Amino acid sequence: MKQYSYFPGCSLKSTAVAYDESVRAISASLGIELIELEDWNCCGTTAYSSIDRLESIAVPCRDLALAEKKGLDLVTPCTACFRTFERVNSHLKLYPFLKPKVDKVLAAAGLEYHGQVKVRHLVDVLINDVGVEAIASKVVNPLHGLRVAAYYGCLLVRPRVAFDDPENPESLDGLLKSLGAEVVPFPAKSRCCGGSLVISNVDLALGLIQRILESADSNGAEAIVTVCPLCQLNLDAYQGMVNSRFGTKFSLPILFLSQLLGTALGIKPKALGFDRGIVSPDKVLAGHLQESVR
Amino acid sequence: MKPRIGVYICHCGANIAATVDVEAVSEFAQGLDSVVVARNYKFMCSDPGQNMIKEDIENLQLDRVVVAACSPQMHEPTFRRVCEEAGLNRYLFQQANIREHCSWVVPDKEQATRKAKALVSSAVRRVALQEPLEVREVGVTPAALVVGGGIAGIQAALDIAGAGYKVYLVEREPSIGGHMIQLDKTFPTLDCSACILTPKMAQAGSHPNIELMTYSEVAEVSGYVGNFKVKIRKKPRYVDESKCTGCGVCQEKCPWTADSEFDMGLSKRKAIYTPFPQAVPNVPVIDTEHCAYFQKGTCRACEKFCEAKAIDFEQTEELVEVEVGAIIVTTGYDAFDPSPIYQYGYKRLDNVITGLEFERLCNAAGPTGGRIALNGGSEPRSVAIIHCVGSRDKNYHEYCSRVCCMYSMKFAHLVRDKTGAKVYEFYTDLRTAGKGYEEFYNRVLEEGVILVRSRPPEVLSENGKLIVQCEDTLADCQRRIPVDMVILSTALQPRADAEEVGRLFSVSRSADGFFLEKHPKLAPVATMTDGIFIAGCAQGPKDIPDTVAQASAAAAAVLSMIAKGKIEVEAATSVVNEELCSGCRTCVPLCPYNAISFLEDKKVAEINDVLCKGCGVCVAACPAGAITGRHFTDKQILSEIEGLLADIKPPLGAEAEAEVEAEVEAEVEAEAEAEAEAKPPLVSV
Amino acid sequence: MSKNGQKNGDQIAIEVYSADGYDFVEEIASEPGGESIRSCHQCGVCSGSCPNVLWMDYSPRKIIALTRAGKRKEVLSSNSMWCCATCHLCTVRCPRGIEMPELMHVLESIAIREGLAGRVSAPTMQRTLVNAAKRQGRVHELGLMGRFFLRTNPLAALKIAPVGLKLLLHGRLPLRAEKIEGTDQLRAIVKEAQKIEGAE
Repeated sequence: MKQYSYFPGCSLKSTAVAYDESVRAISASLGIELIELEDWNCCGTTAYSSIDRLESIAVPCRDLALAEKKGLDLVTPCTACFRTFERVNSHLKLYPFLKPKVDKVLAAAGLEYHGQVKVRHLVDVLINDVGVEAIASKVVNPLHGLRVAAYYGCLLVRPRVAFDDPENPESLDGLLKSLGAEVVPFPAKSRCCGGSLVISNVDLALGLIQRILESADSNGAEAIVTVCPLCQLNLDAYQGMVNSRFGTKFSLPILFLSQLLGTALGIKPKALGFDRGIVSPDKVLAGHLQESVR
Repeated sequence: MKPRIGVYICHCGANIAATVDVEAVSEFAQGLDSVVVARNYKFMCSDPGQNMIKEDIENLQLDRVVVAACSPQMHEPTFRRVCEEAGLNRYLFQQANIREHCSWVVPDKEQATRKAKALVSSAVRRVALQEPLEVREVGVTPAALVVGGGIAGIQAALDIAGAGYKVYLVEREPSIGGHMIQLDKTFPTLDCSACILTPKMAQAGSHPNIELMTYSEVAEVSGYVGNFKVKIRKKPRYVDESKCTGCGVCQEKCPWTADSEFDMGLSKRKAIYTPFPQAVPNVPVIDTEHCAYFQKGTCRACEKFCEAKAIDFEQTEELVEVEVGAIIVTTGYDAFDPSPIYQYGYKRLDNVITGLEFERLCNAAGPTGGRIALNGGSEPRSVAIIHCVGSRDKNYHEYCSRVCCMYSMKFAHLVRDKTGAKVYEFYTDLRTAGKGYEEFYNRVLEEGVILVRSRPPEVLSENGKLIVQCEDTLADCQRRIPVDMVILSTALQPRADAEEVGRLFSVSRSADGFFLEKHPKLAPVATMTDGIFIAGCAQGPKDIPDTVAQASAAAAAVLSMIAKGKIEVEAATSVVNEELCSGCRTCVPLCPYNAISFLEDKKVAEINDVLCKGCGVCVAACPAGAITGRHFTDKQILSEIEGLLADIKPPLGAEAEAEVEAEVEAEVEAEAEAEAEAKPPLVSV
Repeated sequence: MSKNGQKNGDQIAIEVYSADGYDFVEEIASEPGGESIRSCHQCGVCSGSCPNVLWMDYSPRKIIALTRAGKRKEVLSSNSMWCCATCHLCTVRCPRGIEMPELMHVLESIAIREGLAGRVSAPTMQRTLVNAAKRQGRVHELGLMGRFFLRTNPLAALKIAPVGLKLLLHGRLPLRAEKIEGTDQLRAIVKEAQKIEGAE
């Protein structure tokens, strides 16, 4: 069993609790052990870097300092957390004058960080450590041609990611196909959902969300699969608002990759948090789940 | 006998004198051992400066000269020549670099002066140990090899052949002509490219001094400047060049087709083909991958219909060896493939094409007979031309490809002229620096072409139109411009095999991947390998006027070598002391110039004086210390170090030295005693 | 000023010539992530890519141009930075490799420091989030939303109340805020960081 330090992030404990549930549910079957980082603190996301530059590095650095003691790769399913930690690591490397400051700040809390923690997104672990073939071999309940749109979100593939293209990514498409799903063309697959702008500028965000839903819907998707808790929240919880604002009739369940993965691996839906979706996935899944799993 | 050294400190105007106290340095030099005279002067490399040295050599019987000035890269040859003109062997000269290594990098005047003194002291000690060396001359084979038959290669070959010397022009495609023959019109004059090139091609093909080897590649290069031996691989055409009349019947009758490389895949050619009608030589080749005979053993239609009986399916590859005095590499460029730029839609969306594809489309001999047409066959009513595709871009090539602004405007003119369509050009900076180029830009504006200052991020497809989405940076607004066709002005990039070719000819490449010139301003066509020259786009993206100029420049350099007939060979090479050599052969594979061979009869290593560049790798590697680097002996190098560390104090007299030695000895003894007391004595078991 | 309130030639000249962005650019360039502002050659590919450009007072490229022209107040009080979703579409296309979102965040931090970000509500949301992060070590969404709307626009809360309710009913909006054990460590970190920054 490969072990990882696991960083759920604040969203996975609240609005995206289904993501946390389903990730934990599938880890054993995939041969990975996720050990939640003890007493982790909120990374601060992009918000912190607008308020205070030094703190925006030092506060998430506490998590990295804690993770370094465990000596394992730090895995997070939350794309924003992933990029925040990556920013800490790259800033410490690119700007040598920053390290002594951060060292001093951490020392005040009795901590130290030596830049040794490799931060990984869950998708990276699934594709590169576990491997698409290995996952496919464990599928007991293929998704029977469920038409899905693979939504990467913006930060998973940008500014750069080693295993996929920033403009036209295909890694999730491949993974979902190996689970038996039919992956529809989806031009907006890596366009931004608006993230936290849904709170501070809801009109702007609704426009972005509508474009993504439209792109998936017009290409025949029955569901959208996502890997980021913010994306799922925006596309799911605000779908109703999009419909009333733009007069559309979208009814697309927004599923986490781990939920569909779990389904394909034969794990019961209850354990995968399907009932958490605002737009209910029941109708869609009913047609694609074997009797034994329902 | 003690040497008689003259030391000359150059002010180099203010370059050295503003930082280094040249008076103090020359005074210091005067006090050094064996220095007969020390002077300082404003510009040592000038006539009066040079004469100063010559007069001193004569009047003061100097037998060693040190000049403390700029880098030897700049003026060592100058001062060496001065010494020789005064009757002194050039290897009895040493240059101390008190500019690039001192005044230009040490801002503090006191420190710079101290350093200059150390550098002078170092040079003085060294030059005292230098020996005269014999400069050798080798002959120059009066022939040249030109690699690559584009306009650069053709021009260079014609220049050399025209002077009466033999040229081997090697081209790997079936015909010469390069990329220029693919172009429709050339800027700024709008000359028809083929019309101005084909006469030169014909000349090159029929010139008595040019041996044209097409469908051939250079396989191996050995030798040295003036005396290269080159192996050329002639690929089998399966057509006998001596019999073929160029009638073209075989191409007519051949039933098998393939994508035409010349037409950028926009049309088909036959399996037996000449790439274009004006090919030189006008002899077809058989493409075995698409020929039914070679694939399945059937057909042979070409053979049946050939009246000259020139088809020869049994033809094999031929390896030819030639001897030349110089080589000019004119291998040209590759066009950037914009497929990786997903958001421009090349090969994904219809009617998005590259620059070279447009040239073929627009050309009367091209796939559409010169009609600028969309996929469906109709003419576009609006065209977008996007500049800098693959250029000026950290993600692809950081450099500017230099010709795209001009060729983009050329396209704009041609589109307006032939179709009257609306043309939008998307540029970031307009580069129109050549002769007649700015005037061409004005003409294009007057013809009604719209220039939008923007780098479009995306080309989308909506409702049958291509939409160029962009921010118009001058009008300061977001725009979505619908067009029927998008032309991507793609970058010029180094050839895909530039690395192998570079290794073949010992030519290095600059960071952008093009071949590296010896000096970007003062030696743009020479390379660090003597006798090997580069010209045209192989050296960097450029237009046709500059390409032709560089080709002629390289030809002139070659002609000057051949006309002189002999070459001086650097004497600072390495030599094996046969008595000390144990025959271990450690040195042989280490030599980067393949200059060391092992003599089986004597069982010792031998260094070829002409190939050896004096790099010193073998000297350092020899376990027996049997190899000496002439002009870089151990004694000479150590004396340089001693000079640097003498720390501007004049050397101690013999008495004082003995005192210091005694002091040091006493210190060392005392330390050893103290250590022995502290440690318990070793007990032997 | 002339009698009818119009500026005379000299006054216009002084305004035009005194607007010099040199110091402003260097101020941004000294921040980690801000140095790339020097490389911009104003091609506009960032603005053309930005999904939110039509909501911005000034496009990303224009923000850099204005910065160089010394239009400090216009830039810092604009809403442009606050419309940036950090999606990095600009970054991957920029021919100079500039990370525009990072530049935007640097400008945001300066705007907040100088109290010029009053027109937009985003800073309030971010400050609320950051305060929760540094004090409790966790962000409690319900609390965050509550505080945000109270401080900015309570009526707007009504618009998205149905969304909140649905989340609550699906167990996605915990009522209780969580707190980590190591809050004293966080406090020490923040205190030391503020000490270092204050000293600069």
